[in-house]
Amino acid sequence: MKIIKLMISMFAVFLITACGNQTTKKTSTLDTTKKQGFVKCGVSQGLPGFSNADAGGNWTGIDVDVCRAVAAAVLGDATKVKYTPLSAKERFTALQAGDIDVLSRNTTWTLERDAAIGLEFVGVNFYDGQGFMVRSSSGIKSVKDFKNGTKVCTNTGTTTELNMADFFKAAGVTYEPVVFEKADEVVQAYDAGRCDTYTTDKSGLAAQRTKMSKPDDHIVLPETISKEPLGPVVREGDGDWADVVRWSLNVWIEAEEYGVNSSNIDSMMDSKNPAIQRIVGAEGTKNGAALNLDQKWSYNIIKQVGNYAESYKRNLADTGIMPDRGPNALWTKGGILYVPPVR
Amino acid sequence: MKILSKTLNKINIFLENNPKITIYFPQFLIILVLTIIISYFSLNASTNMAARGIETGFAFLKNKASFDIQFSLIEFDSNDSYARAYLVGLLNTLLVSGIGIFFATVIGFFVGIIRLSTNILASKVAEAYIEIFRNIPLLLQIFFWYFAVLRLLPSSENSLILFDFVFANIKGIYVPRFVWTNFNFLTYGLVVSILAIYIFRFYSKKKQDLTGVQVPTFTTSLIIFVVINLLFIIIGNVGLSLTYPVLETNRGIHNYSGGVSVIPELIALAFSLSLYTSTFIAECVRAGILGIDKGQKEAAASIGLSKSQILKLIVIPQALRIIIPPVTNQYLNLTKNSSLAAAIAYPDIVLVFAGTALMQTGKAIEIVSITMLTYLTLSISISLFMNWYNKKNSLTER
Repeated sequence: MKIIKLMISMFAVFLITACGNQTTKKTSTLDTTKKQGFVKCGVSQGLPGFSNADAGGNWTGIDVDVCRAVAAAVLGDATKVKYTPLSAKERFTALQAGDIDVLSRNTTWTLERDAAIGLEFVGVNFYDGQGFMVRSSSGIKSVKDFKNGTKVCTNTGTTTELNMADFFKAAGVTYEPVVFEKADEVVQAYDAGRCDTYTTDKSGLAAQRTKMSKPDDHIVLPETISKEPLGPVVREGDGDWADVVRWSLNVWIEAEEYGVNSSNIDSMMDSKNPAIQRIVGAEGTKNGAALNLDQKWSYNIIKQVGNYAESYKRNLADTGIMPDRGPNALWTKGGILYVPPVR
Repeated sequence: MKILSKTLNKINIFLENNPKITIYFPQFLIILVLTIIISYFSLNASTNMAARGIETGFAFLKNKASFDIQFSLIEFDSNDSYARAYLVGLLNTLLVSGIGIFFATVIGFFVGIIRLSTNILASKVAEAYIEIFRNIPLLLQIFFWYFAVLRLLPSSENSLILFDFVFANIKGIYVPRFVWTNFNFLTYGLVVSILAIYIFRFYSKKKQDLTGVQVPTFTTSLIIFVVINLLFIIIGNVGLSLTYPVLETNRGIHNYSGGVSVIPELIALAFSLSLYTSTFIAECVRAGILGIDKGQKEAAASIGLSKSQILKLIVIPQALRIIIPPVTNQYLNLTKNSSLAAAIAYPDIVLVFAGTALMQTGKAIEIVSITMLTYLTLSISISLFMNWYNKKNSLTER
């Protein structure tokens, strides 16, 4: 009988605690990040030029530089980043669950993702578009040469699948999607001849081509079938944190516009130009305080990471992946890279 | 205090007088606590998701999927719903599991019996086969066979042609499509012949019970089957024609249309699943046969049963009792292992539904629970069927 009595009382206690535990305190990502001393950043499992780890585990790439910029702004040290490599399939769940605080993994900004699954896109760090790669021996010169029964290799969990469905439907051509879980298998299968064409973002095609057995046997078709604005993502509902990531990105790009880079920033500190003063965070500017950051937040970004042009050159141009900046040139230089003013 | 102890005393007396309550109350409590824990967590999850602006619920199943699937047993197109995409994935899982189970069983029984052969070479070959294929991780085998299949098959410009109507190349194996006319007569024929065989078996068993005379059941059944089906085909004017795959070449894109195409992913997956699982089944079969006492065969021989009768009436029924339960496990394993399909682009339920659909909708909890429930249902159905079959074959005590 004693056991039953004990169980009844335990049950009552459980009921009380279960009911009382409904409200959990909301914590700010900015405060947690400052306290833990590093930025939790989700990156790809290896896409040269965007986020790729070398043999020593050092991450480089233009997506990685976004994380480094956030770490420099918040903690004053661009190396204080904990990278989590994620597959296309895992990335949003990892962000929703709080395993990472910034997702910077060549992720396309779409309405569905922004509105329906609890994500907030803060900007664009690379303007991309979906393209097709074919064997040059096939004689295919344009997407108009695709005929019924075209086999298309790609990987799952991306907007690629939707774009190609739309594209082939509009073209009135039947096709067979051969969809793999990981990019490496896609490349192997396409390389073996399983598919007539391989489709993904054009930057991805350029990066993956370097992994083929004979890269020169493949060409990327000139057409771009979709808009793929790639950019960093944060969880919805934490506006302060979203602002920090958004403006770290914006100041990184605007620094290029005003010619501020990692080597000349120290001399720029005394600049008389008010726009440059705001970018470098000179005495008397209030941008840092508005974001709940240190006065030198933007100085740290530009000093440690460099501006957008430096990142692009280091990661995409010098590596031969995308030597031409194309749409990613500044709006003043014929591209579409245009950010709101840092003021 | 006095009142409290009095009431406690009363409760004690009440409980002693009602032993059923003392038995069931703790169990009831445990179930209640479990339910509360589960509902607490699900409530918490849904509140958290609502707070982060994540939509929940199953309404998305009706939405347009807007992606395509390479290989499907039913019609599917990007205008169909997520629910239909789920069905396509489920059918593909069932297809590869079915093929896998069939070949794993056939190969497994064959290898298991050879393993017991007195011929040393044969038995050693069977042993080597078992040891090699069951000791390499399945995912590696799938990759190996997939890329082996891809490298073995010729490119689409120079297809391998068999008998002028089967074409094999790296993009698939193309076989003629059967086109039936008056197909329903064929099904009637099948049903009637099976019924006739059943009736014949019933009467021949009765005759044997009464008179002891044996009727050759197998040959007669075969004759009944062939004759009845032929009659139906002739009467119903059942026709069969073939549409052959035809090569269409358009500037570097070689495509066969008109026939049925079997994709290399299906071949590689079914092949590796069958090889892997057959090794375990072979060992179950060996255990089953070795598990029968030698005395059983000797006793059967001493009462004058022929060698085939000993096998059919004494050895196999007893061996099956030992074989079926572990083989059921292997069937379940094979079905669950088929989810590795996603690695090599075979559009099973994991790739199509828990992969693409999950990504497009972001409904992780809903989609993963549906997928888990699906596998659970599949496994339970296989196990129920095998339990029924096991019961049918098990020792009936009279």
